[in-house]
Amino acid sequence: MARLARLALGEEELEPMARELSAVLDHIAKIGELDLDDVPPTSHVVELTGALRPDQPRPSLPREVALGRAPAVDQDGFLVPSPQA
Amino acid sequence: MTDILSLSAAQAAAAIEAGELGAQELFDFYRERAQRDADANGDGLNCFTWVAEGVSDTPLDSGPGWVDATGTSGSGPLAGVPLAVKDLFCTKGVPSQSGSRILEGYRPPYTANAVTALTGAGATLLAKTNQDEFAMGSSTENSAYGPTLNPWDRARVPGGSSGGSAAAVAAGLAPWALGTDTGGSIRQPAALCGIVGLKPTYGSVSRFGMIAFASSLDQAGPLTRDVTDAALMLRHMVGRDGCDATSLDFPNEIQLPSAERLDGVRLGVPAELRALDADTAGAGAEIEPGVRACFERALELAEELGASVQEIRLPHAPHALSAYYVLAPSEASSNLARFDGVRYGLRATDAEDLLDMYTRTRHDGFGKEVKRRIMLGTYALSSGYYEAYYGRAQRVRTKIAEDFRTAFEQVDLIVTPTSANVAFGLGEKTANPWAMYLSDYFTVPMSLAGIPAISIPCGLAGPGGPSGEGLPVGLQIAGPAFSENRLFDAGFALEQALAFGEGAARV
Repeated sequence: MARLARLALGEEELEPMARELSAVLDHIAKIGELDLDDVPPTSHVVELTGALRPDQPRPSLPREVALGRAPAVDQDGFLVPSPQA
Repeated sequence: MTDILSLSAAQAAAAIEAGELGAQELFDFYRERAQRDADANGDGLNCFTWVAEGVSDTPLDSGPGWVDATGTSGSGPLAGVPLAVKDLFCTKGVPSQSGSRILEGYRPPYTANAVTALTGAGATLLAKTNQDEFAMGSSTENSAYGPTLNPWDRARVPGGSSGGSAAAVAAGLAPWALGTDTGGSIRQPAALCGIVGLKPTYGSVSRFGMIAFASSLDQAGPLTRDVTDAALMLRHMVGRDGCDATSLDFPNEIQLPSAERLDGVRLGVPAELRALDADTAGAGAEIEPGVRACFERALELAEELGASVQEIRLPHAPHALSAYYVLAPSEASSNLARFDGVRYGLRATDAEDLLDMYTRTRHDGFGKEVKRRIMLGTYALSSGYYEAYYGRAQRVRTKIAEDFRTAFEQVDLIVTPTSANVAFGLGEKTANPWAMYLSDYFTVPMSLAGIPAISIPCGLAGPGGPSGEGLPVGLQIAGPAFSENRLFDAGFALEQALAFGEGAARV
């Protein structure tokens, strides 16, 4: 799960994390007791229609501003380690 | 000579307008107080992550061209009133880290819409306030900047996640402050610090430029000394913003409250929330007797002012916390995927390859609670568990919203304690996540339904406090979507009758 979440967890962190998450999941499991078969899911609470704005081109963040906060930059891009070093 | 500290934000704005108080004088007064707290290190409240050097630090435009500039130069209805802003609001050129190490050194290229809306109305940026990392917490102990202390009792937490904002307002280090509420992060710290806090209707304030936690729940709102200030601030925040497709036009104008009576107002008390005892909540999480006494007294007072009080049912409210702790971490695990060491903030050095860089950056940059929630959300969304957790939680959310709709056919407003307890001790709940999560028991149902709710101080209870007379208790008043004007009126009438007074010891 940690790998899926892109989190490195040390050996000493794994045991407490597993214990705490199990305790939380025990509480959460109570929603399993409800009869929800015919209930539609809610992903958004406010009724919204026509939320699209006009399709007009506008300036975006200038490249040097976007790159200006990066830990490493090479020419016009973000510099990252190779996927397979 | 004006006693600046005693002025509410609305009074300060009026004094500036009338020429009785200079905007620079007001700014300097609060800047000096805020800076003193920031300089005090361990001896202060640790409310602030950054304090402005001067009025010129106020970001007046939203930056780089894809948003229209909204700024004016210090004129408007809020002219010259300094504003403290929770760290997670992006403020152009000003540190904005959402209380996290992973955004170390980050200075955004643009400003959040909620901030420019207020600075556009004339407010000046005074400081950024401390918070739980990525707004995940109920005590402001999960911050890369260290915990904020409660000005009523420094051995206790101010609540969270907007604890820096709440403590700053309670201690008179800022006239008012901007916070965010996902499951209770404005209302609970407001309650624990003895001030007013409002979570507006979802969608009424733009989320553009807020560092996201759970996007279907996050909402910006005011933390203020009184109800009038909350209405004044909200009036200048609401409205549709082209940069947030979930934002809406507020259907009416926010009025400053003036109600003295509550004649004809039907208040509902949910049986399920009133009954929170040790059996349902677990030992130590039940409603404290002093909180219950304050709450019942507020109900009596409401009846004296002309309101009727009846018990109502919210059958699914006891399941709200469980649903919330599936939905919010799920959304968080997705939102926080962007912190990968590539575009901004921290990057772990000496990585072997790209994946190693991601995982080590996130290991080093995120605190314990954030990792916990990312893991929880990743699990709830993972193949094979999705329907059992995320899918079911979304269905519980539907039932909770239905419960409220049914209840509002019988009553106008719903009242509960904001928190089952007064401010708890530093470190008291950090070892037990669920005990901390229970802090949101009364506030999460409204968040899931997207409806507005305000917390106002309704008395003191329990041991502690500056001279042993107790710690603040909050009363939560909730209404249907876009009923903010009614919440302000009811809150104002009760506020006048309760006469809560000056609040925390000013530091």
